[in-house]
Amino acid sequence: MDKRRLIYLDNNATTPCDPRVVEAMVPYFFEKHGNAASRSHQYGWEAEEAVDYAREQIAQLLGAEDKEIIFTSGATESNNLALKGVFEMYARKGNHIITTETEHKAILDTCKHLEKQGAEVTYLKVKEDGLVDLAELEAAIRPTTILVTIMWANNETGVIQPMREIAMICEKHGVLFHSDATQAVGKIPTNPREVGIHLMSFTSHKMYGPKGVGALYVSRKNPRVKVTAQMDGGGHERGMRSGTLNVPGIVGFGKAAEIARLEMAQDAERVSRLRDRLERELTKLEETKINGNVNSRMPHVTNISFKHVEGEGLMMTFNQNIAVSSGSACTSASLEPSYVLVAMGLGDDLAHSSIRFSLGRFTTDEDVDFAIQAVSKGVNHMRDLSPIWEMYQDGVDLTKIEWAAH
Amino acid sequence: MAYSNKVLEHFQNPRNVGVLDKSKKNVGTGLVGAPECGDVMRLQIEVDEETGVISDAKFKTFGCGSAIASSSLATEWLKGKSVDEALKIDNMDIVEELALPPVKIHCSVLAEDAIKAAIKDYQEKNGITVESDATAVSA
Repeated sequence: MDKRRLIYLDNNATTPCDPRVVEAMVPYFFEKHGNAASRSHQYGWEAEEAVDYAREQIAQLLGAEDKEIIFTSGATESNNLALKGVFEMYARKGNHIITTETEHKAILDTCKHLEKQGAEVTYLKVKEDGLVDLAELEAAIRPTTILVTIMWANNETGVIQPMREIAMICEKHGVLFHSDATQAVGKIPTNPREVGIHLMSFTSHKMYGPKGVGALYVSRKNPRVKVTAQMDGGGHERGMRSGTLNVPGIVGFGKAAEIARLEMAQDAERVSRLRDRLERELTKLEETKINGNVNSRMPHVTNISFKHVEGEGLMMTFNQNIAVSSGSACTSASLEPSYVLVAMGLGDDLAHSSIRFSLGRFTTDEDVDFAIQAVSKGVNHMRDLSPIWEMYQDGVDLTKIEWAAH
Repeated sequence: MAYSNKVLEHFQNPRNVGVLDKSKKNVGTGLVGAPECGDVMRLQIEVDEETGVISDAKFKTFGCGSAIASSSLATEWLKGKSVDEALKIDNMDIVEELALPPVKIHCSVLAEDAIKAAIKDYQEKNGITVESDATAVSA
């Protein structure tokens, strides 16, 4: 196998930093190293100016006002701030939060934490295609419901939730709507005001910016939303998030947002063409299944189950050359398969057999050609080794076997 | 997580992949694990009826690299051993040989289970009880 380089198809984990972003950041490490909160000298002023400019660039990407952007360390912090901050700020109104089973851990674990603080949380199931059932959502709303939090696009499957419909339900019942839009911002249009989202988390490193900087959009009018700060300190970011701003990171985040705004349409068009080809060729293999609704999905992601092949073993056949993620969390200490796929009703066996391919701005036609070859070869190799593939081909009904679960 | 070179070597060049005729009296088959758990091993032995020595061993495994390497190694070790000797293969021998990390120890346990299951199947087919095993095979 060609050992030229490692092809990166794991852009949902993190994206490379665009060289134009790196270039914009460099002056802010040494020449312009000031603290944006220093009001008494030129260093501080130019750092503040740079932060203001980046805030404007990000606001423009979202069609928001610059004052609605609160900088954080990343989407995990934004999610924590949104959920805990709303729970504390709106405690008098109620204690009920609605979310889904397929959210990122930064939402689910924050909800678990809030349950210990007295919150009541409804975890909505999703349909087989990964979409939330709108009737179930509406039925779950109570007089004490203060917040609905539903992700824009899923990190494992790329499935896009019906954001406008969810927002209309929230509006109708006067409930705040937060979305973890980490995987969507910068890749598809995400205008929170247009959609009716009141709080929205996102991060720089999923949109070709640097790691360690993210933001929470907080609506300033109709409604004016407030969240209780989760860290005490200097009262930065309109009092919602204290801590010296990561100026080079924010500058990079701003530049990444500007590039995304200008190039999103062409990026999405190009990358979806590559994704579609990858998906079409890989699903020509027997017994494969695409996970998630293909009509409501991010342009750069595909999650495929290769039946009777274990995902981690499969990845090992090509991970010298291709970087992807398994839907199965087998690589960690837990042997549990992906909770997202299981929530979508996939059996544990299929969930163990799934791989997520997430393409990006820097994925080339050649990368996809190579991946099609290498993955197909890997699947065939693993099936030659697989006793359950052999049984399947011999017509054995695998559901009738008494497996010795361990 | 990086795999040891030995795991990689077995994974890339697995030994003794395949199937033995399980209808034969001197072939024992062990099938352990479950698809829902992400590991299934099928390990087979063929015993020379004259000598009582395992003359051939084959496997197929659905699982991660460590599971495949563990079963590949097991078939290598089985060939040429008597059934009694084979029963003495311990999962920790596999862990040591392949330098498996703690999260992959279950792969070696599964391989030991597969060996024991294949031997049990062979013994049952031949009316051998475990206690009289030594006399039976030397007869």
